[in-house]
Amino acid sequence: MFGYYIDLATRSLRRNKALTALMVLAIALGIGASMTTLTVLHVLSGDPLPGRSGTLYYPQIDPRDGQGYLPGKTEPMDQVTWIDGMNLLQAKRADRQALMTGGTVAIQPDNSTLDPFYEDARYTTADFFPMFGVPFRYGHAWNAADDEAHARVAVIDGPLNDKLFGGGDSTGRTLRLSGVAFRIVGVVGDWNPNPHFYDLNRKSYGEDEGVYVPLSTSQDVGMNHDGGMDCWGNGGGGNTPAHNAPCVWLQFWVQLDSPARAAAYRQFLVSYSEQQKALGRFQRPPNVRLRNVMQWLDYNQVVPDDVRLQTGLAFGFLLVCLVNMVGLMLAKFMRRAGELGVRRALGASKKALFAQLLVESGVVGLVGGVGGLLLALAGLWLVRRQPASYAALANIDPEMLFATFVLALGASLLAGLLPAWRACQVTPALQLKSN
Amino acid sequence: MELRPILSTLRRHKITAWLLVLEIALTCAIVCNAVFMIGQRLERMDLPSGIAEHELVQIGLGHIGNSPDAIAQSQTDLAALRQIPGVQQVAVINQLPFSNGGSSNSGIRLSPEQQQDTLEASTYYGEGVLPTLGLHLLEGRDFRHDEYADFGTVIADLRNGDLKNLPSTIIVTRALAERLWPGKDALGQTLYVGKGLPFRVIGVVADLARPNNLNWGVGYSTVWPIRMTVADGSSYVIRTAPQDRDAVLKAAVAALKQLDPNRVVLVKRTYDEARHAFFANDRAMAGILVGVIVALLTVTVLGIVGLASFWVGQRRRTIGVRRALGATRGDILRYFQTENFLLASFGIVLGMALAYGINLFLMMHYELPRLPGIYFPVGALVLWAIGQLAVLGPALRAAAVPPVVATRAV
Repeated sequence: MFGYYIDLATRSLRRNKALTALMVLAIALGIGASMTTLTVLHVLSGDPLPGRSGTLYYPQIDPRDGQGYLPGKTEPMDQVTWIDGMNLLQAKRADRQALMTGGTVAIQPDNSTLDPFYEDARYTTADFFPMFGVPFRYGHAWNAADDEAHARVAVIDGPLNDKLFGGGDSTGRTLRLSGVAFRIVGVVGDWNPNPHFYDLNRKSYGEDEGVYVPLSTSQDVGMNHDGGMDCWGNGGGGNTPAHNAPCVWLQFWVQLDSPARAAAYRQFLVSYSEQQKALGRFQRPPNVRLRNVMQWLDYNQVVPDDVRLQTGLAFGFLLVCLVNMVGLMLAKFMRRAGELGVRRALGASKKALFAQLLVESGVVGLVGGVGGLLLALAGLWLVRRQPASYAALANIDPEMLFATFVLALGASLLAGLLPAWRACQVTPALQLKSN
Repeated sequence: MELRPILSTLRRHKITAWLLVLEIALTCAIVCNAVFMIGQRLERMDLPSGIAEHELVQIGLGHIGNSPDAIAQSQTDLAALRQIPGVQQVAVINQLPFSNGGSSNSGIRLSPEQQQDTLEASTYYGEGVLPTLGLHLLEGRDFRHDEYADFGTVIADLRNGDLKNLPSTIIVTRALAERLWPGKDALGQTLYVGKGLPFRVIGVVADLARPNNLNWGVGYSTVWPIRMTVADGSSYVIRTAPQDRDAVLKAAVAALKQLDPNRVVLVKRTYDEARHAFFANDRAMAGILVGVIVALLTVTVLGIVGLASFWVGQRRRTIGVRRALGATRGDILRYFQTENFLLASFGIVLGMALAYGINLFLMMHYELPRLPGIYFPVGALVLWAIGQLAVLGPALRAAAVPPVVATRAV
């Protein structure tokens, strides 16, 4: 029966080629636009570390002076000072913890055919790698003892390894960073969390850092800090702030394996703030937050407004396309009232007619879905050519592919419901008589 | 034209008529807001920077390893850059208007006791900012040479709490002056930053836009008598004649490389390129919006054409009967045109209400201003025109139906 309906549907659609093309085109355009923007939104609001992000937390405290404090309203600072970062790191109250910041380092390749160049770097303590689940192609991360010893060791990422060492195992080789020799201990495998959640001050999306060195060593060598810095009082910036300056410029991440541990850690942050206030370092009452990765991304509104606007716009467009399709379908079905009357008179039930008409709109939806998918691929190609930092990430995945067809089919079936129902209401006798 | 027969026909096709009205309304609402947003983007891209945009080039340098005496090196570099033919002015400046990346800002207060900052102003540092960027000084004066302090010294003094040698003068933009002291002369006024550090206004410039965070107030900028070096993350800004920019840029990079080969050029561009890059997203968004408008109007026009054609086909006999009873071709044409006009009018009324609602929603969530009233009549006229154009083809076909159709069975 289903096969017969499909046959009827294609016959009917072929009879009115221009109209069918118009309906297919409208639904394809609507689906194409919606899927393009939805894919971008999906990629940008995704979980950067699936499976891990729920146990990773970003503690925030408020070390500022009393000026401008509104109890209950003022959010604590988005980063930590050197002193607080070190205190929290050494307290070791979490399952894992890492203190980090970003910068740029000059790389002088041994290979004389390459000019010196600058590369984004991350200065961090050792837990960064196991905590974020960073995979290694060669070698391994450094450890806490290396942090203590201010060891001149570095981890580099795949693209940099390709550029400098032709993709070979470079562990043990020497890398000159900012004029100082570092020993490479590891090469990061395929790892590119997006959004760039652990430091949103630099850019939210795109490529990661190419070089990782211990935080302690970066300070010895005087590597420059690059990224967000927020000072209060008479704190002045400068490129690399002094360790006792009233400025926040480091990110502190912790791993807390259970909600109970998280609650205990929040309590610890409160008591730490109270203790610092008693010491006179802090002046505000304890003002702490403990957000996990997704909450942190949400709080920072990383998904650009433009992307959300575009998604809304695309769905508005899809709605117009659907209304358009409902109108055309209705006109088409009503015009076939005579044919439907005959079928009814010959014994087809209302239900059967309804099913047949729905199959017809389903076929339009399916063809429109294929067209929409092609348009979405073209749309994503256009997005990738845009100047935005997230452009390169706009790729369709199996999940979105499936969603496209569900959306196309669902939308056109929905659009077919009203016309099909309306057309089923014809009274067979009246139709037969009028003809 | 008698409206009653049209209305009674429409009443017999209630659902179809309503769908068309809904489609026109949705199109109207989305297009109104999209056009408005395009206008906003264009306005943003057109914002004045206040600087001599077409005469500036920028060079940013990074040093490999520990840089030698940064202040001495800056002086040598500046002297060398001034020797290049075509160079009119050179300065080391921490930031430029409308550029991506970091920016330097400071909270401004009107009295030392004030708890909350009045606003967040962008802070321009560097010796010779005014002549190099070509800022237009409205009143007061530029900084004297002896007013400048080195950035490193200022930071060290602040850290040590040694406040007596800090600079105490500042130049503000007209926009900032009018915001802080409305209706008063800004010259000689004092503003406060940090823990009540006073700065006296000695000059007011016409315009100077901030690098980014434009929603904090595009024109709220300040210029400070603080001397920068390239080691502080500042860059060389050179002013030259527009036609000399490329040659000067090339010569300047060569000269800097020659002075110290141990450096990497991080930024090398004309200001026009910098500004173009900053607004690239707005340009892309405006392009997308234009695409959406075109697609929407196309779909709506095709929808109107499709439905009208259907109705014409369905009513061939009625039309034939009317023609046979004496209706002219013009009568039939006007019938369909009036019908479309009625539907479009319903759609427009509904669409305007919807457009207003969408605008209210966007105002709440995306910092968009209110839709100006002019959009409503203009949008209505445009949609009426588009509706009439779309229906013209089917209506002409209807008018061409010969009266003899009435006598034939279908």
